[in-house]
Amino acid sequence: MPDGGIGAPTKRREDTRFLTGRGKYTDDFTPQNTSYCAFARSQVANGKINSVDMSAAAEMPGVLATFTGEDFVETGGNPAGWAIVSRDGEPMKEPKRPVLAHGKVRHVGDAYAAVVAETLEQALDAVEAIEADIEELDAVTDMASAVANAGSLVHDEIETNTCFDWGWIEDNRAATDDAIKAAPHVTTLELVNNRLVPNALEPRASIGEYDPGTGDYKLTTTSQNPHLSRLLIAAFVLGIPENKLTVYAPDVGGGFGSKIYHYSEEALVLAAAKKLGRPVKWTATRTESFLADAHGRDHVTKIELATETDGTFIAFRTETMANVGAYLSNFATVTPTFLHGTLMAGNYTVPNVYVNVKAVFTNTAPVDAYRGAGRPEATYSLERVIDKCARELGMDPVEIRRKNFIKKDQYPYASAAGLEYDSGDYDALMDGLEKTADLAGFETRRAESAKNGKLRGLGINAYIEACGIAPSNLVGILGARVGLYDAATVRVNPTGNISVMVGAHSHGQGHETAFPQIVADMLGVDPLSVDIVHGDTSKIPFGMGTYGSRSLAVCGSAVFRATEKIILKATAIAAHMLEDKPENIEFKDGVFTIKGTNKNVGFGDVALKAYIPHDYPIEDLEPGLEETAFYDPANFTYPSGAYASEVEVDPETGKVTICSMVALDDFGVVVNPMIVTGQVQGGLAQGIGQALLENSVYDENGQLLSGSLMDYAMPRADDLPNLVVDHSHATRCTHNPIGSKGCGEAGAIGSPPTIVNAVVDALVRGGHDVDHIDMPVSPSRVWAAMNK
Amino acid sequence: MPKITMNINGRETSTEVENRTLLSTALRENLHLTGTHIGCDTSQCGACVVHVNGKAVKSCSVFAAELDGATVDTIEGQANADGSLNVIQQAFQDHHGLQCGFCTPGMVMSAAELLKVNPKPSEAEIRDYLEGNICRCTGYQGIVNAIMAASGQDVPSIAAE
Repeated sequence: MPDGGIGAPTKRREDTRFLTGRGKYTDDFTPQNTSYCAFARSQVANGKINSVDMSAAAEMPGVLATFTGEDFVETGGNPAGWAIVSRDGEPMKEPKRPVLAHGKVRHVGDAYAAVVAETLEQALDAVEAIEADIEELDAVTDMASAVANAGSLVHDEIETNTCFDWGWIEDNRAATDDAIKAAPHVTTLELVNNRLVPNALEPRASIGEYDPGTGDYKLTTTSQNPHLSRLLIAAFVLGIPENKLTVYAPDVGGGFGSKIYHYSEEALVLAAAKKLGRPVKWTATRTESFLADAHGRDHVTKIELATETDGTFIAFRTETMANVGAYLSNFATVTPTFLHGTLMAGNYTVPNVYVNVKAVFTNTAPVDAYRGAGRPEATYSLERVIDKCARELGMDPVEIRRKNFIKKDQYPYASAAGLEYDSGDYDALMDGLEKTADLAGFETRRAESAKNGKLRGLGINAYIEACGIAPSNLVGILGARVGLYDAATVRVNPTGNISVMVGAHSHGQGHETAFPQIVADMLGVDPLSVDIVHGDTSKIPFGMGTYGSRSLAVCGSAVFRATEKIILKATAIAAHMLEDKPENIEFKDGVFTIKGTNKNVGFGDVALKAYIPHDYPIEDLEPGLEETAFYDPANFTYPSGAYASEVEVDPETGKVTICSMVALDDFGVVVNPMIVTGQVQGGLAQGIGQALLENSVYDENGQLLSGSLMDYAMPRADDLPNLVVDHSHATRCTHNPIGSKGCGEAGAIGSPPTIVNAVVDALVRGGHDVDHIDMPVSPSRVWAAMNK
Repeated sequence: MPKITMNINGRETSTEVENRTLLSTALRENLHLTGTHIGCDTSQCGACVVHVNGKAVKSCSVFAAELDGATVDTIEGQANADGSLNVIQQAFQDHHGLQCGFCTPGMVMSAAELLKVNPKPSEAEIRDYLEGNICRCTGYQGIVNAIMAASGQDVPSIAAE
């Protein structure tokens, strides 16, 4: 077996191009004769468009074309990917999301016109010359006002600004209500899950091209999911035949969810390219990213935990308002519902769970999935209320969790929130955490901090999440408008090296290194002889891209299944070569051998023979060695973890300093531990950012106050401690062939409650009467909590 | 439009720029050196860091027209003469100091400047020095480890402060 198979911490091969400046991101492409697009974006949060006069703009130097919302009135809209039904049986309200706003603008940054010019500077100058009469209307930015104030409507036809009012599981509702009413102890907590801006370092960019000779379109774009964009543009937005449109997502500089979706700018550059017959390029500024990328989180939740007096959980009940912003982004409806409510039993044997979510339109940027997508919101609510409950009952936070953990002999475990967990061992994770984070030594460290005048706190957290969202038949029943499988084609070339075309997309996850490890492991070949092709709809099978930690568990499983087919076919070829029956051939370490003999043939010889079939029995054996598998999972995968953090709070200023952050996760089988560790560390940084620093803030008029990196506090290197990561406490996923569960979201899910638990712990131990502080736990909020 | 000549990565290179053209734009658009990235419009992110006359600068914050006769080094010129990764680049690969790769050119250029002025920086000094470079992927852990390793220090010995 060559080095570098499953489990090897292989260094990433893609690094070479990134480290030498040879990565190719969308903005790095400038096709011959490229023209440049710039957008006019609303400066008011809610406004009636009385007129948009493009005549002056059209006369500006270099201007080639202008567009307004009127040009797209007859065009389709960008749809939501998941239909949700309200508790009363009513379908969700689904306003059309046009390519460019017409009639009304609905959030600051809502694009209502576009200009294409010879140079970017000319396009920007021409946008300044647009004469738009937009009459400012009252805006609604907070959800309570939006629901209460029927006079100020985001969409005139939606009278309560409510998209849906969803219950999960509705059949559990009465039992949960009764259990809470009868319970000896109920802990109630109201909290905000703060709105975040994903801020992938590479701003979104799109290049539209059209070939009048063939009628072919090409969209080069910053996408996590190129086939989805192609499908939406073809079927819903522009009506371009799917076979005439190639969507190409080259190197992509981070996504974190914000590049899953189809955005209107992609449709516009295609329409403009068709009109002009030349390439049209748009690259967002960071300001545009703040205004017009989908934001994340933004929940206001009331959670109740009913327990016995010994801390045994009886019921969880939540009421959540989820901001969807001004329009429904593609997965805005599934994120607060099925990706959130179904996780509301956490790691615990609780008999009653009921979740209510109201999705609310406001005059803010659309909100959609951001790293973790619903799972961080669920975990945050649960793990905060559990900490508060433990304090009320006088229990240790580790003890109350252990008391209620699902035990390792209870799998498969049907949770009260409707999922069937296949494997896990939460006690083992907590055992490991106690040791790795040295929880026993906390008091000593606390005393040391006290000597320096600092309040030290310890926060712990357990989480479970659902990754690799599936299976298609179930999600279809629940309202999904897409299937949730993935696909891979393994093409063994005549000279024996291998090209693997995958539906997943890498934007930092190291697919080019990790996927070959699977194939190499199975075929007994050098991983460097295996290459991954991804991101180009003209080359890859129809797959669903990368989000929700699905790449390895779902697409990796497709790679596995396709490689199994390769082995089956190759065995038949080897049998032919060795003049025996396939059932007498065994394959090991890249060699096909007649069982019980030393008569054998190597994989490379079989590959060559597959393409030179001069002596084939063609009735029984096809030439070639290329196989495709579509893999539709039987269930979600369920990564879990236990995290601990210690913080110091400066009582003079309220500033929180993170002293340690320890993450123990169960990701099942790990293909490349180096990459997985990096994924967790990145997620931790985003979760710590949410807990301490990041916040997307609109004023009452709907102006975005945190609209640049000067106003929005992105974590820097010195905001973070050393991040200790351990994924050795693994239990295998039981239903996919690799046994992997997914790792990309874990850190962002587990760290926010860990940090806030630690901060509250520090204040309580310091004698302050504090139950909760909303994120970000900034110095001013902490100081105010200490000095109320 | 002013014509300027710069020594870029060891080669004399001339181009015409507008007075308002930023160095980052001139490198990317005029000279096709797209390794220098633009991640923001407020000089916060550091993806565009290059060396001008031997010092690290954010190339989005200087006008190209002011740099006639200057020496500019970009990520494209950092590899060893034989094309292999230099010590810092190799350390980034060895210690998983990058994921999506977009901030990476700026990080490598900043790291080179840091190690020039402070060959054995402490972990705290590295974190402090990286104030002007944002990474959204790595949590900075791999980057800090890489810079420690490139400086000849033992990475596993890094202790939580």
